[in-house]
Amino acid sequence: MRDSNSDAERRGGGPAALVVEKLSVRVGPIEAVHDLSFVLEAGQRTGLIGESGSGKTLTALAIMGLLPDGLSATGRVLYKGRDLLAMSERDLCAIRGDRLAMIFQEPMTALNPVMQIGAQVAEPLRLHRQLRGSAARSAALQALERVKLPDPAAQMHAYPHQLSGGQRQRAMIAMATACSPAVLLADEPTTALDVTVQAQILDLLVGLVEERGSSLLLITHDLPVVANVCQRVLVLYGGHIVETGSVDEVFSDPRHPYTRALLDAIPPLDDNEPSRKLPAIPGTVPGLGEFPPGCPFRNRCPRADAACMAMPPLDERVACWHPLA
Amino acid sequence: MKLPPTLLVGGLLVGLVVLTALVSVVWTPVDPTHVEVGDRLKGPMPGYLLGTDQVGRDELSRLMAGATNTLIIGIVTVVIALGIGVPLGGVAALYRGRLEDATMRLSDVLLAFPAILLAILFAAVFQPSRLTAMAAIGIALVPVFARVVRGAGLQVMQQDYVTIVRTYGGTRVWIFVRHLLPNVSSVLIVQATVAFAVAILAEAALSYLGLGTPPPTPSWGRMLSESQTFLNQAPLLAVWPGVAIALAVLGFNLLGDGLRDLLDPKP
Repeated sequence: MRDSNSDAERRGGGPAALVVEKLSVRVGPIEAVHDLSFVLEAGQRTGLIGESGSGKTLTALAIMGLLPDGLSATGRVLYKGRDLLAMSERDLCAIRGDRLAMIFQEPMTALNPVMQIGAQVAEPLRLHRQLRGSAARSAALQALERVKLPDPAAQMHAYPHQLSGGQRQRAMIAMATACSPAVLLADEPTTALDVTVQAQILDLLVGLVEERGSSLLLITHDLPVVANVCQRVLVLYGGHIVETGSVDEVFSDPRHPYTRALLDAIPPLDDNEPSRKLPAIPGTVPGLGEFPPGCPFRNRCPRADAACMAMPPLDERVACWHPLA
Repeated sequence: MKLPPTLLVGGLLVGLVVLTALVSVVWTPVDPTHVEVGDRLKGPMPGYLLGTDQVGRDELSRLMAGATNTLIIGIVTVVIALGIGVPLGGVAALYRGRLEDATMRLSDVLLAFPAILLAILFAAVFQPSRLTAMAAIGIALVPVFARVVRGAGLQVMQQDYVTIVRTYGGTRVWIFVRHLLPNVSSVLIVQATVAFAVAILAEAALSYLGLGTPPPTPSWGRMLSESQTFLNQAPLLAVWPGVAIALAVLGFNLLGDGLRDLLDPKP
């Protein structure tokens, strides 16, 4: 509890729902996520931005304790003062889905094809609320109504293949939020969906977490989504947090050259703005274990020099030896 | 939908065996254990439609009662094999690592023992009875189910939806019962049907060797073995139980094939 209190005081925000301290994830001999420390405050929506391969999903899986075989996490993930990483599988099963839940990107394969939607949405309620029979069914129906699935009573008996992608994602959100979790991790929840459906799903997510005062960690590579949905943002590159702050600060006044480059790569939608050639970040994201030692961005950074051979520490905003003014 | 012809023929044969067994429980032409010393080794005639055996019992009545025996054997052995094999395979698929190695090596060892050898061992250690025969055949069939469940289970565990189940707190047992079993049930049904045929054949062989169903319960295998001595006087006594065993085994095999075609269509 000491950690969560001191962090909350330092940030002057609400009570911490989840405190991540020096979280590292190793894939065999390679460290893919390095020393991440951040706090998810109750009622706050935080965006975790990064390209593919930056370690976004690994971070979420590590928090859930669901890393695949061969991957290991070190550090601490504190929920109500208890370290999730040190917890037994049995205790974790009691917390997952109840206090801590996750939504994934692929709504196509994320539901059991031989199970009806209603039965599947009822599963977390059966596990954590010990609901059975008609009580479980009516609670599942309520969960489906909350996520605004059209015609929920009929869809209870539908199989996943009979639902559209957006409907399936709604069912997934219903499962994840059925027990009103304190922390919701959403890993690219809208990436596989049509743009119009995306907006609806994001509205739904924001509504659900606001209603219950939950904390949302939205993992995405879509900067405008973060700008619309989140209050705080973490920018991840090569498994390091390179910049953090409120969405307003980071988007209007980026300090890290990588964040700057990401923002420059968003095409302008304003008709009054003259069309321009979109700048690209030189090079590509290195593969796992191929990031340069020191600052991971230095081989693609216009401001890199000898100082960048060492990893810069993350201060209140940015981890860079030569931050933009 | 067009049903596979194997399913129809298999279903018909199995249906015939089941019907005969059910009828024999309430009615047989003559009491299958009634001995009529004066009518020994008679050929087919009115009153004894299929003739009589070496002590003058009605062959048709004994065949009908033997169907019940056969079905009991099949059901009990398959239940034993499923009851041990499915949890073993599930443990292997869900826990992986050493537990998987241990269960799979155990099933390898069992696989190396023919059912007959195991039954002889059981009969030597315990008593030669129908129960020891069923236990031996059931245990010999365990690896089949353990392997099927493990193989299908490993595939299911790779699916995204299993990860999702874990994100909302599903334990391994939960995943096994609610997500793995329903997904492997079609494969299990097919395997169970085929195992049924194997069990019938194995019990007939054991009874033939005198290690299966003890007298006086009619058993097709023992009827076959007893007819041997009188092959010259009454050759038909060997034909009837032989045909019954062949048809029952063929029926369950065809049913298994048909069910597989129906439940798991592959081009």
